Amino acid sequence: MSTARAEVAELAGREYAYGFSTDLDTDFAPRGLSEEVIALISAKKGEPDWLCDWRLGAYRHWRTLTEPSWQNVTYPPIAYDDIIYYAAPKKKAAPSSLDEVDPEVRAMFDKLGISLAEQERLSGVAVDAVVDSVSVATTFQARLAEAGVIFCSFSQAVRDHPDLVRAYLGSVVPFRDNFFAALNSAVFTDGSFCYVPKGVRCPMELSTYFRINAAGTGQFERTLIVAEEGASVSYLEGCTAPMRDEHQLHAAVVELVAMDDATIKYSTVQNWYPGDAEGRGGVYNFVTKRGRAAGARSKISWTQVETGSAITWKYPGVVLQGDGSVGEFYSVAVSAGHQQADTGTKMIHIGKDTRSTIVSKAISTGHGQNTYRGLVKMLRSAEGARNHTRCDSLLIGGDCGAHTFPYVEVKHPTAQVEHEATTSKVSDDQLFYARQRGISEEEATSMIVNGFCREVFRELPMEFAVEAQRLLSVSLEGAVG
Amino acid sequence: MTATSRSVPARTPPSGTAGAVAVDAPDRPWEPRWLNVARRRAAAWVEAHGFPTVKHEDWRYTKIDAALAVPLAAPPQGAVGDVDTLALADLPTPPLGGVRVVVVNGRVAAGLSSTGGALAPGMRVEPLADALHKSQGSLEQAWGWHADGYAHALRALNDAATLDGVLIELAAGALVEDPIEIVYASVPAPGAGWSHPRVVVVAGAGARATLVETYLSGPSGSSVTNAVTQVHLGQGAELEHCVLQGAGMDSFCFSSLEARLARGSRLSSRLLATGGRVGRHEVDVVLADEGAELSLDGLFLTGAGQHHDNPVLVDHAAPSCTSRQLYKGVVSGDGHGVFNGHIVVRPGADGTDAAQVNKNLLLSDRAEVDTRPRLEINADEVACSHGAAVGQLDPDALFYLRSRGVSEGEARAVLVSGFAREVLDRFGRGSIRGRAEELAMAAGLLALGEDGHGDDAVTAGLARARPGGR
Repeated sequence: MSTARAEVAELAGREYAYGFSTDLDTDFAPRGLSEEVIALISAKKGEPDWLCDWRLGAYRHWRTLTEPSWQNVTYPPIAYDDIIYYAAPKKKAAPSSLDEVDPEVRAMFDKLGISLAEQERLSGVAVDAVVDSVSVATTFQARLAEAGVIFCSFSQAVRDHPDLVRAYLGSVVPFRDNFFAALNSAVFTDGSFCYVPKGVRCPMELSTYFRINAAGTGQFERTLIVAEEGASVSYLEGCTAPMRDEHQLHAAVVELVAMDDATIKYSTVQNWYPGDAEGRGGVYNFVTKRGRAAGARSKISWTQVETGSAITWKYPGVVLQGDGSVGEFYSVAVSAGHQQADTGTKMIHIGKDTRSTIVSKAISTGHGQNTYRGLVKMLRSAEGARNHTRCDSLLIGGDCGAHTFPYVEVKHPTAQVEHEATTSKVSDDQLFYARQRGISEEEATSMIVNGFCREVFRELPMEFAVEAQRLLSVSLEGAVG
Repeated sequence: MTATSRSVPARTPPSGTAGAVAVDAPDRPWEPRWLNVARRRAAAWVEAHGFPTVKHEDWRYTKIDAALAVPLAAPPQGAVGDVDTLALADLPTPPLGGVRVVVVNGRVAAGLSSTGGALAPGMRVEPLADALHKSQGSLEQAWGWHADGYAHALRALNDAATLDGVLIELAAGALVEDPIEIVYASVPAPGAGWSHPRVVVVAGAGARATLVETYLSGPSGSSVTNAVTQVHLGQGAELEHCVLQGAGMDSFCFSSLEARLARGSRLSSRLLATGGRVGRHEVDVVLADEGAELSLDGLFLTGAGQHHDNPVLVDHAAPSCTSRQLYKGVVSGDGHGVFNGHIVVRPGADGTDAAQVNKNLLLSDRAEVDTRPRLEINADEVACSHGAAVGQLDPDALFYLRSRGVSEGEARAVLVSGFAREVLDRFGRGSIRGRAEELAMAAGLLALGEDGHGDDAVTAGLARARPGGR
């Protein structure tokens, strides 16, 4: 037990490997939020009037809302007037190829292990890199275009494909949805846009790498993915931020739309700065993510590995509208140090014979607080719908917490819902067994934890499963005995 | 910001959940001063916080607007008249053989109550109104439970407005064989408003008893019962507790069990809820010292036009305590069943063993079940699990029975009663079990007849499936 304590203490002192900040020449909007700031953001991005009006509508609605307080996390009030809502690395003109991307930005991504050039050459993953508020580079666009896939920054999509953006923007997460969705709708600056036309299987993994760099800013990006009939796409996002003493707000919105027989797989490896050992600083990750499985037999799958952020608060959900549509949610959430996570999913079953699977693995250590909160709703129309939910929590150390708050609402007798949850610690028996065979305590713990999360890691695209496992072992370094 | 402060479940709802409420807490010169103070404090709490609405997380699925149309409290004296003289033709249930106290519209009806022969040694049973006159210390303690706030307005309202009920005191080591029975009856009466009966049970070290609470109401007229039962178990004390809620179909039946368990004490509490337009039986237990054990079972049979809500809060505040929960719901017609379980394990409560299971059967396409099995865990040396399931009757099992010549209706009834039996079995044997069976039978007809299967077949099926029925 005493070694466990010592090692938990050691864990608290672990380094955040992505905590550097890069001196980029950055263009800011003035601090605070007003109709002028929104008009300014919209103007800077050269947006059409309808989008500016939509933003202003969202802003006016946001003004009428109060920040929600039901979640199982605590944090000091956020001063919304003290946030810089727009920050972009200055550049002379839009880069037409990677060679034109600011060398400092490229160096930063190299440091993150996301070498933009290398990614393009070697790994066959198309990357859209977003620094602070704007997309700085998108790789592989040409090859994707050949297949008919549109993958670009949100701003570019507004310029080049305004009709598509207009048709789907806010169709899954309207700005009236919640406080942070309204805020995002008013001030979102960039993000990724992906459109996969009918019958096309996207030839490679798509990926966006988000980076908050400038101080005092928030990041408000928006991602919109549309998969037409029979299309399929796999998408991954990764996130990091520098170590700063103040909290930074990240309020993103992600919308997915899947038509008949379409498949969207959305994976997240979230490693925002979690704050220091005393819980100072770190990113507030308040995100609204939702998919609409609009078509028959469509499938939307969320996989998330949440190791970062001071507070994670998000519920990637699926509205299962099409008959026979499928929703999946696989999650590993780690809260170490003073991190708090209130995360889970919403599965809204509307169509007949819809199916959803939820697997949530929560790991708490140090003073971490981890809450699974999920809603499974079977509407009157959801004949023959099925859901299975598994929520497992692993506690490491006596000062952390693991909480499970599922909501199950069933209105159809043929719908079948099952929920099970367990809470446990790394058992002494398991450790003893491994130690007996000459495996060190730390290695054994890492093995057990990895085994605990295996079901979720299995769902990640191969390139990222490795990254996720590495992140997890860094997060838990020396955590247990 | 610390783990300790945030782990405490919110016992205080957000304020301003309803419009201004004025609650009368007139001075009652015949009551002790501390009680007048406590009543005013509770009334002020209700006024400050208002009544819960669906925006209140723990009332998310239950609306009480219709109940609020009824006057909140009867005047402290007079108006309702002498309840003994009210026509209460007969109490439909036979006595269980021990002490029986009948509470009509919130007041003890002495003429209907009986001591069932000599009281067991060390046991005292007294109408609450009398005990309040004498200002028992245990009562002052009971009213002090919520000095720092209430879970919601209904419990505060009981503190503020209760007129009568029962005080049960068990001396250390007292062993009470026969069940102590409390029957709550609501009958139409001029000037009747909400009734707020209150029961306080104080069991000394090693005492043992059985308490059965039955809720009944007349066939007509809308009534609102807001009962609170407080149980304080001393070291090693044991209480078997049964609640049989068979209130009338127009009535609102809100009841709360609040319990604190000292070292090594044991509480088993069982609920069978079949009645009421809205029935909400709340259980709020603190396992306050090492080795306390809690076992909770519930069965709700929710038929057309009915709503049953079952909030359960089990608070593991000390190490090495055990809790078990099994709640089952059978919902038919346009009934609405809710399970709202919540286990909290406090920091330092190592060695906690807590399990929670909720299973529900949906028998009609207009029925609804909402379940929220929650775990909040702040210690690592624990074994906690929960499970919840919602579904319909197993088609394979139905087919199996049908292939053996059992009619559809009968087969359904057999499966439903088999499902319910796991909980009914926990009511043990003898007269309490008999009464539970009777209540379930009556509700079974209501619940299953709705689905268009022959009532006779269902009755026969239930009778056959009934363990005592062979």
